[in-house]
Amino acid sequence: MFACALVYMPHLWMRVAVGLYGLGLLYALVALSGKREVLARIILPALGLGAIFHFVALAEAYVSSGELAPVTISQSESLLAFVLIACFFGVYWRYKTTSPGILVFPLVFLLSLSAAIGQEPPQFDSPLLRSGWILFHITLILAGYAALFFSFVSSLIYLVQEQRLKSKHFDGVLSHLPALEVMDDIGFRSLLFGFPFMTLGLIAGSVIAQASYGPTYFRDPKILLSILMWAVYMVLLFSRWSAGWRGRRAALLSTVAFIAATLAWTANYFSSVHRYVAQ
Amino acid sequence: MKYCLIGINHKTAPVEVRERLAISESRLPEAVRSLASRPDVEEGIIFSTCNRVEVLARSVDIVPDLRGFLYGHFQMESSALDSHLYEYSGPDAIRHLFRVASSLDSMIVGEPQILGQVKEAYAVARSVGAVHSHMDALLSRAFAVAKRVRTETSVGSSAVSVASVAVDLAKKIFGSLQGKQVYLVGAGKMSEIAARHLIAHGAGAIFVANRTHERAVELAKKFNGDAIRFEQLYDMASEADIVITSTGAPHHIFRREHGEMFLQRRRNRPMFFIDIAVPRDVDPAVNELDGIFVYDIDDLQSVVTSHVADRQREASRAEEIINFEVQRFLERLDTLDVVPTIVSLQDHVETIRQAEIDKVRGRLGALSPEQELAVESLTKGIVNKILHTPITTLKGAAKDARQKDPEATTIIELVRKLFNLNSSRANLPRAAKQKTDVEKASLKS
Repeated sequence: MFACALVYMPHLWMRVAVGLYGLGLLYALVALSGKREVLARIILPALGLGAIFHFVALAEAYVSSGELAPVTISQSESLLAFVLIACFFGVYWRYKTTSPGILVFPLVFLLSLSAAIGQEPPQFDSPLLRSGWILFHITLILAGYAALFFSFVSSLIYLVQEQRLKSKHFDGVLSHLPALEVMDDIGFRSLLFGFPFMTLGLIAGSVIAQASYGPTYFRDPKILLSILMWAVYMVLLFSRWSAGWRGRRAALLSTVAFIAATLAWTANYFSSVHRYVAQ
Repeated sequence: MKYCLIGINHKTAPVEVRERLAISESRLPEAVRSLASRPDVEEGIIFSTCNRVEVLARSVDIVPDLRGFLYGHFQMESSALDSHLYEYSGPDAIRHLFRVASSLDSMIVGEPQILGQVKEAYAVARSVGAVHSHMDALLSRAFAVAKRVRTETSVGSSAVSVASVAVDLAKKIFGSLQGKQVYLVGAGKMSEIAARHLIAHGAGAIFVANRTHERAVELAKKFNGDAIRFEQLYDMASEADIVITSTGAPHHIFRREHGEMFLQRRRNRPMFFIDIAVPRDVDPAVNELDGIFVYDIDDLQSVVTSHVADRQREASRAEEIINFEVQRFLERLDTLDVVPTIVSLQDHVETIRQAEIDKVRGRLGALSPEQELAVESLTKGIVNKILHTPITTLKGAAKDARQKDPEATTIIELVRKLFNLNSSRANLPRAAKQKTDVEKASLKS
């Protein structure tokens, strides 16, 4: 009881980060209305600062709980948001475009908001969570998710830009979208980058599950969905790599992969294997 | 002090008149010198481009006869010139200069060359000693205003020629044009211009195919490219990222099935067709294929038209900036007007102080350095304390004069009369120099 009266520091940092990410959300909304000059100047420093606070919150939460891996759904959300914003900066560093932010910022904001609201000091303990394997598994999978999301976002932007070029109408708010080939490159590279992570992450997960639950884990909905997602991922990557699929077809596949990923993510709520919280 | 401007431009005079008035680069210094040497002109500058010839001058009390200068310099009858001339003075002349420098008065609003031309004219006028502090300040303000217009509005940012629109579109598709291959099908003048623009923006290899092969070879040579035999037209096309067609063929040269073939060979990498031929060389159905973008001459032209409209819209925002800047400049001019009075006042009192010290020194005998210093600081202290309020009031009066407060002008007049400043000003070379420095500082702030 006494502990509750004190401010749990990771919460404070997290809330600061959420506030800064809120600017990102605002930027995404304003970008759609075309007037983004003022926000554009402060958005990168603000988000960078947000990411630093976020990192501090993550590090402190893990250090104080003694768990190596994210324990609750909130913590996974928080970690995913962090990986997404890190990817955004990676893409920005390479391509100097903030356009993916239009979709990435809102997602980062929602994930981190949900994490900040639902956050509670861990109250249970599981030997599994202290194993390095599980951290390995979760971090890799989250990096895979983030890459998939970037690929999805860039195919959407590609589609919009393609539509504008085809219809030959350039008026309005989206006149600063990046070039088609840039979006295509971002989409393809994030897939390339994410695939090994996703694969290794799934392998690590299987090893852990095999060790702790035996072969029954395979029938778990979360696991099935993850395998489906991985399959779509592979098809997507292969079709782009071998046939140079882009535009509508690539966007369609990205969407399917992204939906599968979202399902796999939400399956946390139904999965028995993944429910760490004490039964 | 007055600024006057006289000139002709593309709106008021046809090219036949403009070319008679155009002053070549080599003769410009001479012309500016003769302008500045006129007794009624303190400072002067001449802008001469293919779209305008303008004379801007500053005079002290009288209105300079710039018309007379033009008639004399070009040895033209007033009747031949008068109907084309426009004339501005005071704030209107300043506004006109700002508009010219910001490219709002240009034939193509927002075109970037004019600022460079104004800067060159300024450099020439400076080199012959025709501009000093006032004109200096005005011109540097004009450059700053032009920069502000450029950064705060998008008046110069959109492409307004068919070739530059084509480059813009190519960039929207490919991002960078670095290393992109350009294929010219048909060796027309238009496609040559478009290709030149693409190369200027980094495009790589050029191929040319033309029904008359010699013409293709000739054009390819200009770009260090390769000529392709017309029979092999389709073999090369899938290599090209950008295809510019301008043949006189009566039917479509590139049809849907060609597009599909190219895409397959290119593994769906995008392609951009710029079809400037009439009748069209590329079947519009090719545009329906994923990854191929076809723009015909009307499409490009309509982008140009919409950009021109954009520029016009932005130009009205730019006009607001210019109005604001003119106002600001005038306010500075007014504080400037009061500077000579302040300087003469200070000089007047300083002369009295020196005279009084000299007078008393005889009676005091030899003074030690400490005593010398004490006398200096005592007298200076008194002078400064007495002058402080009048100077503050004068500065305030300059601001009020801007608001057309009649009392303010009276105050300035009164101070001059009280201290009999009008006569003492001319024979004070030190004051004159100091004046220029103060003016410079206050204008450039």
